[in-house]
Amino acid sequence: MTTEACYRAMGADYSEVIRRFATEERVRRFLVKVPDDPNYRTLAGALEAQDFETAFRAAHSLKGVCLNLGLGRLAESSAALTEALRSGAPSPDYAALFERLRQDYERTIESIGALDPA
Amino acid sequence: MKKLEQKSRILIVDDTEINRSLLADMLSADYEILEAADGVEAVALLSAQHGSISLVLLDVVMPNMGGFEVLEIMGRSGWLHNTPVITISAETSSSYIDHAYDLGATDYISRPFDEKTVQRRVHNTIMLYTKQKSLERMVTEQIVEKERSSFIMVEVLSNIVEFRNGESGLHVLHIRAVTDLLLRRLAEKTDRYNLSPAQIMLITNASALHDIGKISIPEEILNKPGRLTAAEFEVMKTHAAIGAQILENAPGAASEPLLLLARDICRWHHERYDGRGYPDGLAGEQIPIAAQVVALADVYDALTNERIYKPAYTHEQALRMIFAGECGAFNPLLLDCLTDVGDRISKQTAARTYGGLSSVELGNIASELMHDNELHASTRTLTLLDQERTKYHFFASMSQEVQFEYNVHADLLEFSEWGAKHLDIPELLPHPLHSDELHQVFVDGDDARFFALLQQTTPDAPTVSDTFCLRVQGMPRWFKLVARTLWDGEDDSAYATAIGKFVDIHEERLELAHLKQQAALDPLTTLYNRVAARAAIEDKISVPGSRRYAMMLFDVDYFKNANDRFGHLFGDEVLQYVAQRMRTNIRQGDIAARVGGDEFLIFAEYTNNLEAQISRIFRALTVRFHEFPISLSMGVSLCPHDGADYETLFHCADQALYAAKRGGRGRHVLYAPSIQGFLSVLSPMDN
Repeated sequence: MTTEACYRAMGADYSEVIRRFATEERVRRFLVKVPDDPNYRTLAGALEAQDFETAFRAAHSLKGVCLNLGLGRLAESSAALTEALRSGAPSPDYAALFERLRQDYERTIESIGALDPA
Repeated sequence: MKKLEQKSRILIVDDTEINRSLLADMLSADYEILEAADGVEAVALLSAQHGSISLVLLDVVMPNMGGFEVLEIMGRSGWLHNTPVITISAETSSSYIDHAYDLGATDYISRPFDEKTVQRRVHNTIMLYTKQKSLERMVTEQIVEKERSSFIMVEVLSNIVEFRNGESGLHVLHIRAVTDLLLRRLAEKTDRYNLSPAQIMLITNASALHDIGKISIPEEILNKPGRLTAAEFEVMKTHAAIGAQILENAPGAASEPLLLLARDICRWHHERYDGRGYPDGLAGEQIPIAAQVVALADVYDALTNERIYKPAYTHEQALRMIFAGECGAFNPLLLDCLTDVGDRISKQTAARTYGGLSSVELGNIASELMHDNELHASTRTLTLLDQERTKYHFFASMSQEVQFEYNVHADLLEFSEWGAKHLDIPELLPHPLHSDELHQVFVDGDDARFFALLQQTTPDAPTVSDTFCLRVQGMPRWFKLVARTLWDGEDDSAYATAIGKFVDIHEERLELAHLKQQAALDPLTTLYNRVAARAAIEDKISVPGSRRYAMMLFDVDYFKNANDRFGHLFGDEVLQYVAQRMRTNIRQGDIAARVGGDEFLIFAEYTNNLEAQISRIFRALTVRFHEFPISLSMGVSLCPHDGADYETLFHCADQALYAAKRGGRGRHVLYAPSIQGFLSVLSPMDN
């Protein structure tokens, strides 16, 4: 699918990102890097190990990447988890928030995988 | 032809690669990009290259060291003066943003950012800083130029006087130097006189004019060898008031601080603290501090230099005369200052030669200005600094040494690449005094001693050297540390940077230990030799306590026969066999030695069954070796019973041994005072 269709599939706003990035080529070039970004895996591993400090940093970085690339839904779910982890002692709903983030992440990765070859 | 412009360099600090490359993508057309993946890397890059980095884009939340800490270090180290920082974060809470500004960030960009915003803010910030820097440079240069001009004018004027006075012009330089030192010390001691660096510089400059009134004194009085008459002295004294008059009449005198000060100095540099000076008889603090200081400097310099009417006194003589009140009366606080700076005065005045404006003085002016107006090192200086660092890193990479640099302000310990790899630690260690990684490298937690050593240095003795045991791949190895500390200007209280290296001396040290051991052993039997045995025994008996020892001295009976009958090789084998039996029949901690041809010594601790212990050893040694039945004569002395020092013990054992021989050999004899007086077998005491 096209880059624009991919954003739609991810639940994100393509017009917003193209305004900031100026060209589709640049959006696409950075979008395909998202599956390689280690922050999601760091986050999942840190939560499993109950290392909430690392988890907070990873969630925060993931949120930053998503905001930069305008990945709407995933940006929202990572922002929510970031806030849940901020104080050091996670709020009780953090597991549910991570589950939501996981689904959004998989949907995002799937959509990027379905991009037309350049 | 279009001139090639050098691109400004930007450092992007972010732990996420996508974010870094996105920013780099937006900026690389106009700027050269450096990247750092966390705060520690950023500080390292800045530490080495901050002079050539025009801007830092800084993420806030990062592992290892976050953005706020980077900002703090940049502020502490003074890097923020030349390198602006824009923080970038997804955080939008105002407390975060405020904190960044409080720490000295110039701007704040929140995620998501767009290309235009990033480009424009980066451009604006760099422009602003560049302009500010070039303005600062212009101002510095102008001020230095102005100071240089007035300095030269003062020099010229005062030299006219000196020339007429038949003096070399050195006097003015000395007065300046002494005045400067006294004032600085005074400012450290008290706030009473409001002596800012600028004020001190002004007084120092004005001091050169103190004798300008002498221009009106007739030649024959001015240069009269020998004592002036009372009338002549009255004429001479007018130079103070006349000098003041000359300066009062100068244009702009009422508003020019330099001229106002010079006027005070001219008029009152012959006043005395007790009120008995001239021309006005002012006393105590009625005399302006500038005049008080110059008066003291003038007297000191007159004493320590040759004059037409007197020889030169030494620094010590001059001080003695001043303190004895032979040359006037001075503010006691100033006399304290003179004592404090005494050594530096004699060094400085000796070093000064006449040559107008010395580079030291220009350097002083410039550094005062820098200090006073918060002007900063020029870009060129920083570029030169960068080149030095490049050189240093090049040489460091070639030498197989663990080199390091510890920056106190940044609290960052940096190892050379090779050194870090060798010790298996990061090249950069923030807060090394509390670093577990560093603690692990030093065997027995010796890192505390390392920092204590650095702490002991002073600006006069900045170099330290010692031996440390460090872990290399888990194994302890010996290293020699050589380090020196660097100090910031005049702050003597703490060093700013320490540089140095650890050189592996493990092999040399093992070799040395091996050689030492070899020198201590008898080559034939590998028992201790006599010298080493003595040292080891003295070591044992010097330990206070109630331990008791037996010294057993023996030789092999009829050993000469064995040599004669079976040859020297066999004789050697006998001795080796005895040594081996000794070794296996003493306890750990006992000392076994060969002290002469066929003479041996055992030094063993005993408790209650002394007789049994000696008999056991004696029997164990008297065995057959091939065809040769080994028989021994043994003398035993006891410590502390017979003596508490080696000489006495050896002498007694020797006496007992002689008694054993006379008793028919093949036996052991315990020393008793009654056998005293026999001829000695071995002891050097009786010969």
